[in-house]
Amino acid sequence: MATILVESVSKRYGKHQVLDYFSLRIEHGECFTLLGPSGCGKTVLLRLIAGFETPDSGAIRIGETVVARADNGTHLPPERRGLGVVFQDYAVWPHLSVFDNVAYPLKLAGLPKQSVRDRVLESVALVNMTGLENRLPSELSGGQQQRVALARALVARPALLLLDEPLSNLDANLREEMRFEIRELQRKLDITVLYVTHDQEIALALSDRLAILDENGILRQTGTPPEIFEHPADLFVFNFMGVANLLPARGEGKACLVGRQIFPVEPGACPDGARRLAGFRPSDVLIDRESPDGAPCLRGTVRRASFLGPVMDYLIDVDGNTLRASVDTHEALDRDRMFREGDPCVLRFRNLHWFDASDTAGKGAGA
Amino acid sequence: MSALAKKNDLDAAHFILGLSIAILVIVVAVPVLLIFLNAFWAEGKFNIVDVFAVLREPDTYQALLNSLIIASGTTLGSTVVGTFFAWLVTRTDLPFKKFMRGMFLVPFMLPSFIGALAWKMLLSPRAGYINRLFMDVFGLEAPVFNIYSYLGIVAVEVMYLFPFVFIQVCGALERMDPTLEEAARISGAGLFTITRRITIPLVLPSILSGALLIMLYSMAHFGTVAVLGIENGIYNIPTLIYERIHQSAGSFASIRTGTVLASVLVISAAFIIWLQGKVLGRGRYQIIAGKSFRPVELKLRALRWPMLGFCVLYIGVTIVLPTAVIFLVGGLKTYGLPFVSENLSLANYKFILFEYQVTKDAILNSVTLGLAAAFITMFAGVMISYVIVKMKVRGKGFLEFLGMLPFSVPGSVIALGVILAWSGKYGVNLYNTVWIILVAYIARYMAFSLKANSAALEQVHDSLMEAARACGAGMWQTLRDIVLPLVRPGMLAAFFLIFLPSLRELTVSIMLYAPTTRTIGVAIYTLNEDGETVFSAALAGIALLLIITGQTIINRVSAKYQG
Ligand SMILES: Nc1ncnc2c1ncn2[C@@H]1O[C@H](COP(=O)(O)OP(=O)(O)O)[C@@H](O)[C@H]1O
Ligand SMILES: [Mg+2]
Repeated sequence: MATILVESVSKRYGKHQVLDYFSLRIEHGECFTLLGPSGCGKTVLLRLIAGFETPDSGAIRIGETVVARADNGTHLPPERRGLGVVFQDYAVWPHLSVFDNVAYPLKLAGLPKQSVRDRVLESVALVNMTGLENRLPSELSGGQQQRVALARALVARPALLLLDEPLSNLDANLREEMRFEIRELQRKLDITVLYVTHDQEIALALSDRLAILDENGILRQTGTPPEIFEHPADLFVFNFMGVANLLPARGEGKACLVGRQIFPVEPGACPDGARRLAGFRPSDVLIDRESPDGAPCLRGTVRRASFLGPVMDYLIDVDGNTLRASVDTHEALDRDRMFREGDPCVLRFRNLHWFDASDTAGKGAGA
Repeated sequence: MSALAKKNDLDAAHFILGLSIAILVIVVAVPVLLIFLNAFWAEGKFNIVDVFAVLREPDTYQALLNSLIIASGTTLGSTVVGTFFAWLVTRTDLPFKKFMRGMFLVPFMLPSFIGALAWKMLLSPRAGYINRLFMDVFGLEAPVFNIYSYLGIVAVEVMYLFPFVFIQVCGALERMDPTLEEAARISGAGLFTITRRITIPLVLPSILSGALLIMLYSMAHFGTVAVLGIENGIYNIPTLIYERIHQSAGSFASIRTGTVLASVLVISAAFIIWLQGKVLGRGRYQIIAGKSFRPVELKLRALRWPMLGFCVLYIGVTIVLPTAVIFLVGGLKTYGLPFVSENLSLANYKFILFEYQVTKDAILNSVTLGLAAAFITMFAGVMISYVIVKMKVRGKGFLEFLGMLPFSVPGSVIALGVILAWSGKYGVNLYNTVWIILVAYIARYMAFSLKANSAALEQVHDSLMEAARACGAGMWQTLRDIVLPLVRPGMLAAFFLIFLPSLRELTVSIMLYAPTTRTIGVAIYTLNEDGETVFSAALAGIALLLIITGQTIINRVSAKYQG
C-alpha cells in the first residue's frame, strides 16, 4: 500500500516560508498531479516526500510507515523509502551504460546476476528502449534519456513513483507521447504516481486527481480533472486552468449590469448592490450578428479577428471590457460568423462561473 | 530505527566535515596563524611598533623594495611578451601557428631556477660562457652583460613566467565571438580602431588576470633571485627569509624578521587574489565565455616569415640554449672547459645516478615525497571539495573560508609556518625529517587539488547523487558508485598537478632540508652553491628529463580522456 499522507508540513529556507502547515492525502494506486506556478514549492514538497529534505513541522507517512516527523526528528533516508524518482534533468549517470543505469537499484538490492539481467531487459522493454542497452547516455536523445530514467525508477518495482516535471525538457510531440506512456505504465503496474508540473494540460490529461497550489504554496483545490475544470473553487484555479475571460458585473435592483448594458443572467447570480466577476472560457462564448431569438444579449464590437486554423479567435470590446472568444472555423464559415475588425456582434455565454470582485488572487497566473 | 538512520547519516556528514576542517587547520591555518602571532605578538601583547621597526631595518626594507621592483618588472615584461605572442598565434596568419603555440607553453615545464642556473653559466660576469667568448675572442674589456643584476633577474623570470599571460590571453582571444569584431567592421571601423575599441577591452580582464598571477608568483619567487641575486647582494622577501632562518639557526630576531616578511607576503597575496577576483568578476568577461570560434586573421604579408624567424629565435634563446647548456655542462669534466668532445662524457650522469649518495638520496626523496604528497593531497582535496561543493551541513562556511587560505599562502610562508608549528614547541618535532617536508608540500599543493577537484565536482549535478539515493544507495555507496567515478579525471589532474611540480620543488624544501632529506631542487641548488657546478648541472638535466617524460605521459593520458 502506498497511500501518502502529508500532515501539516512546513518548510522554510532562510526567510522564505515555502510550505506552511501543508496537508495532502494521495490514495494508493492513483495518478496524482500537483499543479502550480513555478516557484510555488512543488519540488520542495516532492523532495520532502522523497526524503532529500526534512520538514520543519508536521509528518509524512508512506503507507503504514512514518517516514518523516519533525517533532521527534524521525527521518527515513531516501534509499529506504522504497520509491522511484524521476528528475526534471533526467539525472542519468553519464559514466554508466543504459543497462548499468537501470541495473543499479537491483545490484544494490543484491539480486543474482541472471534476475538482474531479466528485470533490466523487462524494464527497458517497458519504456520501448530495447536494443539500446549498451549505449552511453551521451549517445541518447533527451527523450531516450528520460525513458532510461523512467526505467531505472521502475525497475525495483516501487509502490510509489515521484516525477518532477519529467517532460518539460522535451519537445511538444515527445511530451504528448511520453505523457500517454506514463499513464499507461501507471495503470499496467498499478502503482501510486505523484506527478509535479506547472503545465495544466499535462495535469488534466494524466491525472486521476490533481491538487492546485498557488504561488504561496497554499492548496487551493483538490479534485478530478473534470471537477476542477468545470467547478473551479476560486478565481485562482479558474485562471490557472486556461485562458480566462472575466467580466465585472454589478447588481442594480433585479438587473445585472455590465458597463451600461443589461447582462441577462439567471436570477440570484448577481444580487442588488453586489459586485461580481463573471468568468468564462473563450470557447464558452456564443457570438452572433443578431440575437437569434430576439432575446436580450450583450452587445460588443470585434476589435481583432485572427485565423488560427481550426478556430477563429476574436478580441471583443464590451463597454470598455475586453474579452476573447473562439469559434470553430467550420461553424464560423457555415453560419456566417466570420467577423471582421469593427463589426458589431451580440454575445451569449455557456457555463458562467461567478467570483467575488474582491477576490483578486491569482489574477493572470495561468493565462 | 529510522531516527537511527538519520543519525548515522548526520554523523557521517559531521565526521567528514570535521576531518576536512582538521586537515586544513593543521596543515594550513595553524602555520599561517603562528606566523601572524610571531609577527604581531611580542611578550604576550599585540605589538605593531616592533613590526614597523623590523620593516624599517635597511635589509628588510631593501628586500621589500626588491620584491616590488622585480615583481613589477617581471609582470610588465611578461605581460608584453605574453600578450604579443598570444596575439601572434591566435590572430595572425603566422606559419606553423599550432606548433609555435605549443612551444610557447614549454617554459611552463622548465623550473625557473634551473633556467637561472643555465643563464648564470652563460652570462655570469667572469665565468659565463658568452661573456668569456666576447672577452677572449673579441678582446672586450668588460663582460657583455652581467646576469647578477635586477635586469638579469627580471629577464630570466620573464622567460619562464610569461606563459601565465600567454595562455590566458590565447584562451580569451579564441573564445571571443568574432561577430563582435565583424559588427564593428561592418559599421566601418578600421582594424586599428577595432583592436583598440573592441578587442583590447574584451581581452583586458584576461591580460590583467594573467599579469596579477605573475605578480603573485614573482613576489614570492625564491629560485631565480637565490641563484642570480644573492651573489650581488640582491635579496627579495623569500630569499631574505631563507637567509635569516638558515644563517641564524632560529634565533628570536631572525624568526621575528622572517614572520614579519612572511606576513607582508600573505597580505599582499590575499590582496592580489582579491583584485584578480574583481577583474575576472566584471560583467564584460561574460562576452567571451563560451565555445571556440574561428576568429578573423590578420595577414602579416611580408612580415610572415620574419615573424616566424623571430619566434624561433626567441624559443631558441630562451628554451633551447639554456637547456642545451645544462646538459652540456652536466657532461663536462670540469666547469669552464670548452664544449669539445674530449671534455664531454656521461660520467657525471652515471656518477650522480648510481654512485653519489647525495644525489641518489635526493632523487629518491623527491620521487617518494612527490608521490606521497600527490596521493594524500588528492584524496584530502576531493574530500574537502566534496564538503564545500556538495554537502549541506552546518559549519560549512568556516571550511569554505579555510579552503581559500591555501591559494594565498606562498611557499616560503608555508615553510616558515611549518617550522614554527612542527619544531617541537607544540609537542611534535618533525624538524630535520622528511615528514616536515611532506606536511609543507601538502599545504603548498592543496590549492591545486582543491581547484581541480571542485571544478570536477561542480560538473556532478546534485540530482545524479539524489537519483542514486532514491535507487537505494546510501551515502557511502553513492560516493563510491557515482561521485568518485565522475570526478576521477579531476582527481587524476590533481595528482599530476602536484606530482610534477613537487619533483622540482625548491622554495619549501630549501628551508626544511636536513643532510639526508635533500630533494632534487635542494641538491641542485646546494651543489651549485658549493661550486660543484657540473654535478649540479647533470642533476638538473636528469630533473628536466623526469619532468618532460612525466608531462608527455600526462598529455597522452588527458588526450585519451578527451578523445
Ligand atoms: N535549497 C533551497 N534553498 C533556498 N531556497 C529554496 C531551496 N529550494 C527551494 N527554494 C525556494 O523555494 C521556493 C519553491 O521552490 P520549488 O519547490 O523548486 O518551486 P517549483 O514549484 O517551481 O518546483 C522557491 O522560491 C525557491 O527559491
Ligand atoms: Mg520544480
